[in-house]
Amino acid sequence: MMKRTFIRLMIAFAGMAVVFASPAQARVEININKGNVEPLPIAITDFQAADALGTQVTDVIAADLKRSGLFAPISKSAFIEKIANPDQTPRFEDWKVINAQALVTGRVVREGGRLKAEFRLWDTFSGQQMAGQQFYTQPENWRRVAHIIADAIYKQITGEDGYFDTRVVFVSESGPKNDRKRQLAIMDQDGFNLRVLTNSKDIVLTPRFSPNQQEVTYMSFEGGQPRVYLLQLETGRREVVGNFPGMTFSPRFSPDGQRVIMSLQQDGNSNIYTMDLRSRTTTRLTNTGAIDTSPSYAPDGRRIVFESDRGGRQQLYVMNSDGSGQNRISFGDGSYSTPVWSPRGDLIAFTKQSGGKFSIGVMKPDGSGERILTTGFHNEGPTWAPNGRVLMFFRDNAGSGGSQLYSIDLTGYNEQRVPTPAFASDPAWSPLLE
Amino acid sequence: MSRTNTMAAGRMQTLARNPVVVALAMTLALAGCASKKNLPNNAGELGLGGAGAATPGSTQDFTVNVGDRIFFDTDSTSIRADAQQTLARQAQWLKQYPNYAITVEGHADERGTREYNLALGARRASATRDYLASLGIPASKIKTISYGKERPVAVCDDISCWSQNRRAVTVLGGR
Repeated sequence: MMKRTFIRLMIAFAGMAVVFASPAQARVEININKGNVEPLPIAITDFQAADALGTQVTDVIAADLKRSGLFAPISKSAFIEKIANPDQTPRFEDWKVINAQALVTGRVVREGGRLKAEFRLWDTFSGQQMAGQQFYTQPENWRRVAHIIADAIYKQITGEDGYFDTRVVFVSESGPKNDRKRQLAIMDQDGFNLRVLTNSKDIVLTPRFSPNQQEVTYMSFEGGQPRVYLLQLETGRREVVGNFPGMTFSPRFSPDGQRVIMSLQQDGNSNIYTMDLRSRTTTRLTNTGAIDTSPSYAPDGRRIVFESDRGGRQQLYVMNSDGSGQNRISFGDGSYSTPVWSPRGDLIAFTKQSGGKFSIGVMKPDGSGERILTTGFHNEGPTWAPNGRVLMFFRDNAGSGGSQLYSIDLTGYNEQRVPTPAFASDPAWSPLLE
Repeated sequence: MSRTNTMAAGRMQTLARNPVVVALAMTLALAGCASKKNLPNNAGELGLGGAGAATPGSTQDFTVNVGDRIFFDTDSTSIRADAQQTLARQAQWLKQYPNYAITVEGHADERGTREYNLALGARRASATRDYLASLGIPASKIKTISYGKERPVAVCDDISCWSQNRRAVTVLGGR
């Protein structure tokens, strides 16, 4: 029996999102479509608190915003005004002189068994409050509150949804390459709160979140029978998906969470099937003598992108969700695999192999506008941040002994390593938590 | 009793000269219902084979003298000429010792994406099973499994390792 390793992340937001004042017309803004933007200088002051928690919350917010590449948090040692009372209007001159275009103030208070966190975002040049909210939660969830505040700041200034209050499920790898131990693990997007979800000698691969994040579908070699499984994160309960006569692999959820789409391998051929999780009925979507795999639904659920070597090499194809209208969309040099439809619907990310290199790239769903974001010895398996602006993938540098997780902006800039305690692969980014 | 000739061609002659070993092996197989252990393990424990002198009919004999694996070209599932020779030896041996459970493991090198490589390994295992079947080993007796790129035997970041990892391994189990 599996141990209950997953502790439910409970956040009770009583009176969430209380706006203190109607947001002023924002003069401070970032256009994130511009590519390599100059990061916005922002002053994030220590939240007023009775203990170190105020500083800790502030540090998480600053780290999130800095990693996005769009903000440049100003060193606290440069601050002139000491914010004693976050309810009072700051002395904007003191912030303008250190070139802070935006200013964040706030407070964390323990009330009964709960934690109250509140923040205000100020435009220092217009002298107006751009946002202000307060949240209640259990004290152990203080990092989540910090991520939620970072998301609110990001959204107010960029006009886009943030992605900081999210998690990543991935495969943690340890031991030598020819005797690897693999475990499913889950962590916050910044690498904190890591929890191991499986602990056996069986190979586990390719985890993916359900849309409501209560479940993960993945592949396991348990019992010497490689198959697709479902894992309930809260209870640790596992079950096999379907009763197929061969290896099932490359599972993902449909956007409504009602189906799992995957490949079934039989006699050397791999075709794509769906299984309805309520009725347990299976539907075959492709029927070729080729390898059809790595399916990914469009966010509206009406189309599916997948890879197939039916034309000789791995290429990307798009079909309708009933399997009709299968059309090849990738025509560049090399082979294309692991397509993933953006949550915004506008792009498909992929792995490309060409000239002995592995790249991560994006193209439009009709195959036009291909752009390569990063190229090297081995880059594989992109996954989208829920706002469709950032991708995570895994990279193995030659001679490094294993792969690590990286994130990169859609622009191809701001590449960052995502910290994990061991080697890591197969990341899947969650939707925004609710 | 010990045998130093490790050439596959010489193996049959050696066996023919050692009917006692064959007879003893058969006896062990018949008595195997008492123990589900592999025959070759029992044979080894009985001191019938030593290092470098695999007992004829043992899994060690199969691995060392017949060759338990074949190799593939990049992104290919066709059975190469050298692999055809290996599989011919495997088929001949498996007919002589028909009591083993047979699993063909298909593997890929690291220079591919994970999910495609799982499918590619499965295709290699199937192609190997079909070839053995064409040589008279019942396909229904041969299980297949793919490990994709997850179980490399050679670990380095160049072709010398990748070519060893693109393989299908015939694994014998107890019966």
